[in-house]
Amino acid sequence: MTATEANTHDHHGPSYMAIFWWLAVLTVLELIVIYTPMSKVAIGILLIALASSKATLVAMYFMHLKFETRTLGYIALTPAVIGALLVFVLLPDLRGSAHKTADEKKVETAAEP
Amino acid sequence: MNQAATLEHPAVERAESPLTPESWGKLGMWIFLAGDAVGFGVLLASYGALRAGSADWPNPAHYLGISLTAFMTFLLICSSVTMVKALEALRREELGRAQMFLGLTILGGALFLGMQAYEWTHNIHRGLLVFGNPWGATLFGTSFYVITGFHGLHVTGGVIYLSTILALLARLKSFERRYMITEIGGLYWHFVDLVWIMVFTFMYLL
Repeated sequence: MTATEANTHDHHGPSYMAIFWWLAVLTVLELIVIYTPMSKVAIGILLIALASSKATLVAMYFMHLKFETRTLGYIALTPAVIGALLVFVLLPDLRGSAHKTADEKKVETAAEP
Repeated sequence: MNQAATLEHPAVERAESPLTPESWGKLGMWIFLAGDAVGFGVLLASYGALRAGSADWPNPAHYLGISLTAFMTFLLICSSVTMVKALEALRREELGRAQMFLGLTILGGALFLGMQAYEWTHNIHRGLLVFGNPWGATLFGTSFYVITGFHGLHVTGGVIYLSTILALLARLKSFERRYMITEIGGLYWHFVDLVWIMVFTFMYLL
């Protein structure tokens, strides 16, 4: 493929500057969200949604994933699937039970009647 | 045979990849990035597990400099834009413009590293260490330095990688080769930006 041929592959979609402004606006929204009086869970969900949107914009337009073959898209998506599995595997640890050191456990055992 | 001649030799790529017909290198980079993304995923998931299991995990937004890191995020986004602009210039066969934008991308990466060095120094002076945290769980410091350090190493690698590409752009004769190596390098740089978006959210905002 020559550079001229690449020129004929011009990507039809939003311009790079439009993506830049979207990313900037989403970053500002993230900063607004953390100072908004909402529950921690709602803030967490909003922040993860905003970060995922930004990551998707970068992957789809800056990394040109939107214009690549579908199989390459599957390769790019693999880490997200593995990440989701990892969170599932770690769920028992994510339920909020505080870690205790061996000494703390000994103290607790000793205090039990 | 010099390095530029080797890169332009037709024997470098004998067959086309069915997934990325322009180059095998691009496919190789995507596979590498997928593996690297799993590494970052493991680190962030472990961070989540450690945080959920700790009774005295400090709120990062209260103790870490959000305004500085928000600016660092903005800087990396800007450097991603200059990276795609460099590629766009090469597509139009405008070498000088491409070199300028690639230079700006490298500058963005170097500035990011400088700010990270400042942030680390500032936090170390405040007592946040790999094995010590004045605001609660010790593992907060450990995970902060491991994750931001791992990303910082990627930025350092990216700055070196893009500088090499910048040097090669002048030596290569074919726009086709120039476009290809810049596109592959650009994939790596955008990945570094993408990972920072997640690190910024998980380590600083949540």
